[in-house]
Amino acid sequence: MRLHNISINNLRRRKGKAIFLVIGLLIGVTTVVTLITLTRSMEEDIGKKLDELGANILIVPKSHDLTLNYGGLQFSGVALDVQPLHQSDLGKIHSIKNRENLSIVAPKLIVPAKINGREALLVGADFQEELRLKRWWKITPPDSEKNSHSSQKKSNPMNHSQTMDGKSAFFLRESLREKDLLVGSVAAHHLNLAEGQSVDIQGQTFQVRGVLEETGSQDDSLIFAGLGSVQKTLGKPGQLSLIEVAAFCNSCPIDEMVRQISEVLPGAKVTAVKQAVESRMETVRHFKRFSVGISAVVLLIGSLIVFTTMMASVNERTREIGIFRAMGFRKRHIIQVILLEAFLIGLLAGVMGYLAGVGSSRLALPFFLQFQESKIGWDLGMALSATAISVTLGLVASIYPALRAAKLDPAEALRAT
Amino acid sequence: MSLIELKKISKYYQSDGEQVAALKDLNLNVEVGEFIAVMGPSGSGKSTLLNILGGLSQPSAGELSVEGIDIYQLKGEKLADYRREYIGFVFQSFQLIPYLTILENVMLPLAIIPSRNGNQREIGARVLQKVGLVEKARRLPNQLSGGEQERVAIARALVNNAPIILADEPTGNLDSVTGREIMGLLQGLNSGGQTIIMVTHNPENTRYAHRIVQLKDGQVGA
Repeated sequence: MRLHNISINNLRRRKGKAIFLVIGLLIGVTTVVTLITLTRSMEEDIGKKLDELGANILIVPKSHDLTLNYGGLQFSGVALDVQPLHQSDLGKIHSIKNRENLSIVAPKLIVPAKINGREALLVGADFQEELRLKRWWKITPPDSEKNSHSSQKKSNPMNHSQTMDGKSAFFLRESLREKDLLVGSVAAHHLNLAEGQSVDIQGQTFQVRGVLEETGSQDDSLIFAGLGSVQKTLGKPGQLSLIEVAAFCNSCPIDEMVRQISEVLPGAKVTAVKQAVESRMETVRHFKRFSVGISAVVLLIGSLIVFTTMMASVNERTREIGIFRAMGFRKRHIIQVILLEAFLIGLLAGVMGYLAGVGSSRLALPFFLQFQESKIGWDLGMALSATAISVTLGLVASIYPALRAAKLDPAEALRAT
Repeated sequence: MSLIELKKISKYYQSDGEQVAALKDLNLNVEVGEFIAVMGPSGSGKSTLLNILGGLSQPSAGELSVEGIDIYQLKGEKLADYRREYIGFVFQSFQLIPYLTILENVMLPLAIIPSRNGNQREIGARVLQKVGLVEKARRLPNQLSGGEQERVAIARALVNNAPIILADEPTGNLDSVTGREIMGLLQGLNSGGQTIIMVTHNPENTRYAHRIVQLKDGQVGA
């Protein structure tokens, strides 16, 4: 017979009370594990989605005297005395150490070209990557331009069905061909271009597959075509003007990515679009703070449950404590018995709470994430943390009841009913 | 030197703002191997006396010496050690721990004596043998009759070889036949050298005692 036998036997033979105590703590631990697991997955998901919302790294040729103003559209010297980027640079970018953090690598060749007799900026782009990068692009519904372009729309019924009611251009990415054009709203207006129209560029025929809705950005004034066809038509095989990169920077330092890309592309100027990164990180931080706040409240409630239950349990055992004291148990023996029970309850609730938390997270995740890419796995670190929190909580909540029990007057305690 | 010396022991309680004396200047000496029956009407201070002797309740005044040691001058947890080393309690309502088996209840006082951890089961079984309950060692208290539970309580009081057994109405909850069995058991222990101080209402029990201490209004009567 040791002190721990008293604790274990009490829990074993008073199953109802033990289960009640375990449930009190288990609810708290389960909720916290569920919240943390869900918010982690959601953070990851939000981070991924945010990282896909436009580029956060811009790669342009290194230049001492030229300003490549993509946003302001001052492109007069873009192809002059700078060493342009090359198609083969894409492979180098994909070879960096943090390559798994690369989400989108969107190369572009930007060149002035005569279209319908007027100067315009033609952008050769990898449609697959470009449309992933610019998910906000929408195709203007042909109906809105019915009067002026009804004949062209009729000639291209497939496009019509795909782009009706301003659908996301993202869904076009599989069907776009090299010689298809996506035209910015301002450019379409000035050059009088409409969906389905054929356009002659440097002797090559291209077809307008869609007019983009106004974005408020430089894209409104640009005309996008397949990268390969622009390179070929304008005699710039393999050349690139700039590369936009969207990196998953939720879990990596953006500066480190910039450094790695600079290393593999010594002739290029690699810049982090800090504003984009910061605002994304801020969003994720807000979300994190929210989940930490909720977890703290739940933990507080959980510990209050344990505290009140332990207090009630000690009160019920007053006479028993009196018997122990009459037999010569010291105060610390009483504290040991009660804290050992709290430890065992905490341990059990921690392990079960972790399992229940992971289980309920798996059930709940589909309701929170639209496109469920994240999977919830077993996390030993979290299991240990959950158990440690549960045990600590159980012990902390039981310290006062244990001390109170130890201080009971033995003669008074023996008289308790 | 007597085993137990009570000198001018008083104990006061506060009741409705007034001080009530449970014991008043009580003097009593108990020799080794004595069997004393403490009698008296309700409220005469019998249980208070037993609690003071057992180190459970500090007297308001006076001195309790056991083997020459002033018990209530002991510091810290020494009073708990005194209870463990010197006292075996037998309570009227058995006071067994409901979730421990009979054997575990008997072994309970040994749980805090590390040197005796090794052969606890052996000691427990031997004591249960003495009270005739070894075959029920694995049962829980609620599976035993009142008399059997009282015997378990006696076995528990014996297990650490305490020189003094304090019994509070040990037959109070038992029928007369079982009561006589319990008294026979206590008498046997006393014959073995243990000092017994027993509080009782039952005059029949006094025939087992060497001496009767009659309490009245917190004082030893004539």
